[in-house]
Amino acid sequence: MTTQTTTTQSSFGTRVLHGAGNFAKARETGILIAFVLVVVAATVKNPNFLFSNDGFRDLLLTPSILLLVAVGQAVVIITRNVDLSVGSTLGLSAYLTGRLFIDFPGIPILAVFLIGILFGGLLGLVNGALVAFARVPALVITLGTLYIYRGINVWWTGSDRINASDMPKDFLALGTQQFFSIPVLTIIALVVLIAAGWYLRNQRGGRELYAIGSDPGAANLYGLKVTQRVLVAFVVCGALAGLAGVLYAARYGTINSQAGSGFELEAVGAAVIGGVAIFGGSGTVWGAAIGAFLLFTINRALPILGVQDFWQRAVVGVLIIGAIVLDRVLSLRQSRKLVEARDN
Amino acid sequence: MTSSNTATMAVARNYKDYGSALWKRIILTREGAVFAALILVIIIASVTVKHFAAPITATYLLLDIAPILLIALPMTLVIITGEIDLSVASTAALASVTLGTLHQAGMPLELAALVAIIVGALAGALNGFLITVVGLPSLAVTIGTLALYRGLAVGLLGTTAVTDFTEFWKDLAKSKIGGSAIPSVVILIAVLAVAFAILLHFTQFGRGIYAIGLSPEAARFSGVRVERTKFILFVMSGSVSALAGIFYTLRFSSARGDNQTGLELSVIAAVLLGGVSIFGGRGALHGVLAGVLLIGTLGSALRLASVTSDVINIITGTLLVASVVSTSVLAWIRSKRSRPGGKKPETAAATKS
Repeated sequence: MTTQTTTTQSSFGTRVLHGAGNFAKARETGILIAFVLVVVAATVKNPNFLFSNDGFRDLLLTPSILLLVAVGQAVVIITRNVDLSVGSTLGLSAYLTGRLFIDFPGIPILAVFLIGILFGGLLGLVNGALVAFARVPALVITLGTLYIYRGINVWWTGSDRINASDMPKDFLALGTQQFFSIPVLTIIALVVLIAAGWYLRNQRGGRELYAIGSDPGAANLYGLKVTQRVLVAFVVCGALAGLAGVLYAARYGTINSQAGSGFELEAVGAAVIGGVAIFGGSGTVWGAAIGAFLLFTINRALPILGVQDFWQRAVVGVLIIGAIVLDRVLSLRQSRKLVEARDN
Repeated sequence: MTSSNTATMAVARNYKDYGSALWKRIILTREGAVFAALILVIIIASVTVKHFAAPITATYLLLDIAPILLIALPMTLVIITGEIDLSVASTAALASVTLGTLHQAGMPLELAALVAIIVGALAGALNGFLITVVGLPSLAVTIGTLALYRGLAVGLLGTTAVTDFTEFWKDLAKSKIGGSAIPSVVILIAVLAVAFAILLHFTQFGRGIYAIGLSPEAARFSGVRVERTKFILFVMSGSVSALAGIFYTLRFSSARGDNQTGLELSVIAAVLLGGVSIFGGRGALHGVLAGVLLIGTLGSALRLASVTSDVINIITGTLLVASVVSTSVLAWIRSKRSRPGGKKPETAAATKS
């Protein structure tokens, strides 16, 4: 548990940081190779997996919503917290989207997007405020808000359901529309991913998130605004889950009170598979994004490869465990190298 | 989580004040507060909610929360060491499917149940191996095995269900003690609860569990076998989860891969509500039992009062959040009072886990 921190006591020495950067790069390359292998294997078996228009679109489209949630989750996990309420936030935001279209006919689509994001951000703010000010472990707080948000959702929705016919055609078209053969949803997800990746890597605020995750006590002594940064991380995570909720509504068209339940573990799983250390301070959103792609692609590839899709979750479990074992081995090797470098 | 940082622990944990009177130390605790809330809920519900006082309510209440009560026992011990086990519901489903498949293949139910418990123990042993021997964080490992065991369970049976079980055992799972309203499964729970309470509170092994939660390093230096203790606890967690899975299967006479999905969060919520610290090192079994009963009673009372059963989710969540936030607020007030005119505890402002 303590060893991850040794690899990333990086905010002080550029040399260490450089080493950690290379190491992280190697880690994401591994998961990318795994992803490519799955796609190639499935395509060899059935060329339609990649080369038909539908196959290509599904390959990009299906993981996009999880990608957004996983990026938010990665930001929070990097600060040594976790947000288990993202699935419930997504569900609430998706239902809100449908309600907006029903209760305010003719509402501009852009406004719905903004409201969804703001609403998600607000729910994230509640998590963040409780975690940051009450100094209570995020796991407990967000487990509580998982129940609360889902409860509000069920209470609000009842046995009601939003159907595709309740929402405007233009909005639903977003879910399937393509732009130069790339689905619009994927483009939105990629823009968010690139922005988050750039911010975490190049901006002061992003680097501080890593510092906080590596050692909260040290980050505080160093004068970083820990409370504020953690709060912002939760708001970002909530806002992305809110955005994902709006896209969920566009993609699937039907929303009941259970939309997005179980997403929290998928998102944490995607982040962990992508090399984000569960105790903070290391990993990138790129890894989490590839993890999200891998999770959903395996789901689709298994039946093609002749494995019943019932086994999909078992494969996911093996992947998660394999990923953390790999991380452990790599970090042990890394710390051994660092010790050698110091002793020489 | 255990090794997160010392400042958080100083805030989150308060030791018993051994200078105060014995009755104060017993009554004025987190556990005492949970008990008080439980009694309050029972009294209010009995008076205001129609049919709540009827014996049948207690029967169904206890049958419904039996799996949570069972799994909460080892979960308490696991969380006190500072670890967590998210794979319990999946283990229960795996045991359920094992039982169903073997029984369908013609194995006698008793033997199949034994195999299912062994499967559960093995599942726990795999968790324990990855956490103690390989040294991985339990949160990540058990998220992985949550998916893995559920996947095996669903993979083995697909969408089919085994519904044909021996009549005797099915009846036993639903039976009551003599003519009373208490289901027989309560005997099993009581025996296990006493066993776990003795193990946790009255043995060397149990003291070691607290020591590990407070400080794994200090525990190791004082001779506690940290790895072995944690490994044993995860095996126990797996076995008892399997037992809960078997009970669930027999009660509803249905072995399915998706049995009890999401139960892990209910169990953990109840354990934390019962006063166990997520940082480890603090908590007691009677508080946990009261916590499970509190959530169960509230749910059953609200259902009888025909409040939408989903409001219970909101209440469970709010209770959980309030119970942990109140601890830090109390600690904050206490620290403020202890240094009058002094500045706020700066160390605490920064830390979170």
